[in-house]
Amino acid sequence: MTPELIEQRRDVMRICADARAGELAAALDALSPLPDASDFRTPESGLVMLRGRMGGDGRAFNFGEATVTRAAVRIDTGEVGHAYQLGRDRAKARVAAILDALVQSGKANEVVAALAPASRRIAEERALVRRQTAATRVDFFTMTRGED
Amino acid sequence: MYVAVKGGERAIENAHRLLAAKRRGPTDTPEISVEQIDSQLALSVDRVMTEGSLYDRGLAALAIKQARGDLIEAIFLVRAFRTTLPRFGVSEPIDTAAMDAERRVSATFKDMPGGQVLGPTFDYTHRLLDFTLATNGEAPPSPAEADELVGGMPRVTDLLDAQSLIERETDDGAEAGDLTREPLDFPADRDLRLQALARGDEGFLLALGYSTQRGFGRTHAFTGEIRFGEIEVEFAPEELGFAVPLGRISLTECQMVTQFTGSAEQPPQFTRGYGVAFGQSERKAMSMAMVDRALRAKEFDEEAKSPAQDEEFVLTHSDNVAATGFVEHLKLPHYVDFQAELQLLRRLREEHAEREDDGMREAAE
Repeated sequence: MTPELIEQRRDVMRICADARAGELAAALDALSPLPDASDFRTPESGLVMLRGRMGGDGRAFNFGEATVTRAAVRIDTGEVGHAYQLGRDRAKARVAAILDALVQSGKANEVVAALAPASRRIAEERALVRRQTAATRVDFFTMTRGED
Repeated sequence: MYVAVKGGERAIENAHRLLAAKRRGPTDTPEISVEQIDSQLALSVDRVMTEGSLYDRGLAALAIKQARGDLIEAIFLVRAFRTTLPRFGVSEPIDTAAMDAERRVSATFKDMPGGQVLGPTFDYTHRLLDFTLATNGEAPPSPAEADELVGGMPRVTDLLDAQSLIERETDDGAEAGDLTREPLDFPADRDLRLQALARGDEGFLLALGYSTQRGFGRTHAFTGEIRFGEIEVEFAPEELGFAVPLGRISLTECQMVTQFTGSAEQPPQFTRGYGVAFGQSERKAMSMAMVDRALRAKEFDEEAKSPAQDEEFVLTHSDNVAATGFVEHLKLPHYVDFQAELQLLRRLREEHAEREDDGMREAAE
């Protein structure tokens, strides 16, 4: 697998993880007609232990788990798509796995385009949070104390 | 010891039916939804995730609803659910410097790259009850907006690091222990201590942190930095061979900067304590950082004679699920135990009475 393909797959996986189930379903609709897909691994929920670092940058330690759902799907052109994402939505993970298979089948640009509304919504929401956060930044000023 | 007692089945069943009705409350008020708990009691959800040691907002909100708002009961429910799930593996270590910070303050440096950003905080509120909230009346004013901040937010400890005024954390690549797999053993390394503190009871750690401020193992802590925000988590599944972005979690991180240590080889420098918690859990992260530092007493050749410095005392009592299990089991029938105690007491009293009789007789003779 080329580094470019890995990056494409990671980019799509990131959008799929951050998107809502309805947005992924809409993206899948936009990509139809779709190749037939069968479960390579039945969607399943489980845990991933989250690891942090002492002081933020030191030795690793385990600080708690998160629910994660995974799915793997084979499309009829042979590619096996995978999904691992936070949460317990098995249907959403399965759709994400189909999208990953499509990326591998050479349809990366089409998949990214189909996910564009979700990407836009996510980017807009984060920009709003950043602007609201920026408004709470403290601007210090020093009072003249009249000593000199 | 408690023994199985039969005969309570119907009472138990009816008690649980009654509990379900009490949980719902009067049916002429609307039922609270899990989504409402998630969004409007968000800090309760954060605490249940942190001490339940499981990041899943929906599950934590459901647990709070089921537990009628009893957060320790909710934490218990989350811990129990966790045991039903398989573990897929361990994430890549999270880099908190990459966090999209929604709050970042330092009590030690006024001017630092990225600045002081207050975010949604109770700090500087007047703690006066707001009765408009009781009337479901006015919508809150929409949040102010300003141009996005440019440039990153390096960790404050990295700034001090450059001048080696502060203890530097190093990654020696040692594999992190996991107390959910192997029981805690003493002395425990700092990785296991931090894992235990991360899931430890906020109230217990708050009291211990406070005790160090009052002189029981004083370290003179400063809040070097607190940051809260979202951060991406990555996981590299074996079958893929590369790290998958799993999505984003929200975290609070606290870096405490504490008083000096040095040695013949090393000039004095600040030492550190570290705290991290799911969601926006500042009090917890701060308390954890203070207790982490207190528990490093031996490492710095400090005299360890206060509760917060005693790792066995701290770590065996910090888990509120374990603590509540042992305390609350006292409610279960202990009839046989108590009968034995009662018999013993009767015998002691008989012996006492006999001794008294003997004494009276001797005195009379």
